[in-house]
Amino acid sequence: MDSLLAKAGGWFALALLALVMAALAVDAPFAVHMVIIALASLIALWATLMRADYQRIARGLLKMPGNEGVYDDDPIRWGVIATLFWGVAGMAAGLYIALQLAFPALNLNLEYTTFGRLRPLHTSAVIFAFGGNALIATSFYVVQRTCRARLAFPTLARFVFWGYQLFIVLAATGYLMGVTAAKEYAEPEWYVDLWLTIVWVAYLVVFVGTIVKRREPHIYVANWFYLSFIVTIAMLHIVNNLSMPASLLGSKSYAAFAGVQDALTQWWYGHNAVGFFLTAGFLAMMYYFVPKQAERPVYSYRLSIIHFWSLIFLYIWAGPHHLHYTALPDWAQTLGMVFSVILWMPSWGGMINGLMTLNGAWDKIRTDPIIRMMVMALAFYGMSTFEGPMMSIKWVNSMSHYTDWTIGHVHSGALGWNGMITFACVYYLVPRLWGRPRLYSLRMVNWHFWLATVGIVFYAASMWVAGIMQGLMWREYGADGYLVYSFAESVAAMHPMYLIRAAGGAMYLAGFLIMIVNVWATLAGKVRAERPMTETPYNAVADRPLTPVPAE
Amino acid sequence: MAEQKRIDEATGTSTVGHEWDGIEELDTPMPRWWLWTFYATIVWGLAYVVLYPAWPMIDSATKGVLGWSSRGDLAKEMAADARRRAPTVNAIATTAITDLPAKPELMQAAVQGGGAAFRVHCVQCHGAGGAGVKNLYPSLTDDDWLWGGDLASIQYTVTHGIRNPDHKETRTSQMPAFGRDGILDAGQISDVVSFVRTISRQERASASSARGATLFADNCAVCHGAGGEGGRQVGAPKLTDAIWLYGGDRASLTATINQPRNGVMPRWGGRLDPVTIKMLSAYVYSLGGGEKGLAPAAEGAGADGQP
Repeated sequence: MDSLLAKAGGWFALALLALVMAALAVDAPFAVHMVIIALASLIALWATLMRADYQRIARGLLKMPGNEGVYDDDPIRWGVIATLFWGVAGMAAGLYIALQLAFPALNLNLEYTTFGRLRPLHTSAVIFAFGGNALIATSFYVVQRTCRARLAFPTLARFVFWGYQLFIVLAATGYLMGVTAAKEYAEPEWYVDLWLTIVWVAYLVVFVGTIVKRREPHIYVANWFYLSFIVTIAMLHIVNNLSMPASLLGSKSYAAFAGVQDALTQWWYGHNAVGFFLTAGFLAMMYYFVPKQAERPVYSYRLSIIHFWSLIFLYIWAGPHHLHYTALPDWAQTLGMVFSVILWMPSWGGMINGLMTLNGAWDKIRTDPIIRMMVMALAFYGMSTFEGPMMSIKWVNSMSHYTDWTIGHVHSGALGWNGMITFACVYYLVPRLWGRPRLYSLRMVNWHFWLATVGIVFYAASMWVAGIMQGLMWREYGADGYLVYSFAESVAAMHPMYLIRAAGGAMYLAGFLIMIVNVWATLAGKVRAERPMTETPYNAVADRPLTPVPAE
Repeated sequence: MAEQKRIDEATGTSTVGHEWDGIEELDTPMPRWWLWTFYATIVWGLAYVVLYPAWPMIDSATKGVLGWSSRGDLAKEMAADARRRAPTVNAIATTAITDLPAKPELMQAAVQGGGAAFRVHCVQCHGAGGAGVKNLYPSLTDDDWLWGGDLASIQYTVTHGIRNPDHKETRTSQMPAFGRDGILDAGQISDVVSFVRTISRQERASASSARGATLFADNCAVCHGAGGEGGRQVGAPKLTDAIWLYGGDRASLTATINQPRNGVMPRWGGRLDPVTIKMLSAYVYSLGGGEKGLAPAAEGAGADGQP
């Protein structure tokens, strides 16, 4: 009872403090954020006081199974739902801004819905909210099972989940209100950064704690990748966001670095967000869920060691390739380019290990749409990790830089690799986490697969064409030695490509909505009566050796 | 879990012997093509960092055996292009702008270069092709000129801009805000609008336009001319044609007389070199409405030393 009182008092004090900060705030967005924090504290207070009641609500609303099970799976179930929720929000925002580029009137002439504010909302929602929740949820799932141990600090694990959602809410509302640190993929301001740091350290503690109490002698490769992702993201986040607040009661801060140093720090962060968040983290997912779904051993233990260490060693240096032909000194540009090119094979090691794990189970591509998604994810992973080193070569970059080719490259990785592997993992997890015999419908998974794949093809192809067209138009000199096109002409030429891209995005989102329906029905305990995915005829009578019947 | 190696049936490869949640690992050697490609990229990288600037030292970095630098590369390319263009550029530089039309090849080169400069610096307001933006920025493709459409006048406008507050030579004038500043009341403005719409043949003469004629003569004719034919000395537009920068309907005209825009154009003299400005002028001149030049002697004849 005393501990309950202390907890409740703590939440109440926090809510009060946030409200005082809101009252004293020097700018409106900061006040809004403090009110959000106060509300979050009050919700936590209510949850603390209504413990039993709240558990029942979660069971009822999210249809969570009542039994505690062998492993601590509640935060994972929440994480799966959060992944899907933020995924819809982030992808819808992406489709909307894609349409804005084709039809600028969709800005609605409102500051809150301009491209400049919705774009970071889209990127953060899909990378950090959709991808981040998928990573946290799957890491908690995988680390327990491959360590044969329950989560180390159950309360802290719940704090990680809810703290991360608060981070997302603060970041997203901040973007809409125009609060930004003006660093790509690190837009949240100082106080949100500090909060994420606390949450992330808690995440590290839970993860490492679980590994420490493992019952297995060895640490599985997926956990190496998860750990490298958690540790490196912590380092990147802290260094890139070093800044001085203009006021402790305001949302504005100034970066610790300036000029080209700031640019280099930013892209060291930015590229490794791709490297350690979207590559290492998702490779960790791949290393558990692909062998599980394929029911095959991992292709090569040696390859996993070499490609893991070479990947994390090389990736961290590759950032300067975002700053080719800028004020960045030539030597640093060389560094970025050389490490990016050498990174090619270490990246492909993951693809080989994933794809070749299907050795002996290739037939499942025909019968199992989840495996199909995993294979497509690995194919796109391989394609974008070839495309990336190629684009980092200065000669290529001099044309591709600042064009929509970059956008196409990012999306073939994000939609193809991160999206597809996440969908596959969620499809794997949902029936197991909710104790259902199988997914509501495998045929809907198949529809999702095809919509997503065709959508990506539309997206990537149109952006290749658009990017190369832009690059060529910008640098086109006539015989007289003068530029042939104005910038505005290259913008006008993009219009059809923007339409195709938006169509691709819409298909991808449509596939995702099918997934939501499928997962929702699975949670509700429904099973769709449908023909199985494979119709290989089987004749039991004929299935026996022909032996001559001895005459009697 | 037990440390048990076994031979995987499907592949015939031995497992490593570890097992996690049912996942085993095969002891497959790394694919040779993968390994050798990896080595090859490393060797290439080593060679590259010797050939190109790479290793940071105390106060600079190694220059690389090839002596290549991105700035040096750019300077070389720019110098080569400058050499290639030198004959044309020098010829344009030494030719007075009014003499350009007499040298068709030079004029053609100037129009090409001017078009490129226009697409970078001017399209933002005047639009691709110079057609202007309705109700905001003037079209340069017609023969209706505010400040003169001969080569020398265009060159002067481009060089010094229009209504640059901190620049003495800039083209300037200010139409009074007749309505806002209470010079004319609403009824009077309405009469002036009627008159202007009469001389531009948009309305029939009326009592209102008759009253407006007197007001026009007293307030407007000094700049726009007695018949509304415009005055280029002060950039006062012609009011008798169908071309309206800020709109010729009643509402637009009322708004303009009430509070005129007095549009501004930047001066390019400080930002572009004289040859580029000359080429830009030739391009604008060539868009369709270029006027045969007044004698160069006319330069400097206007008020405030303006042509």
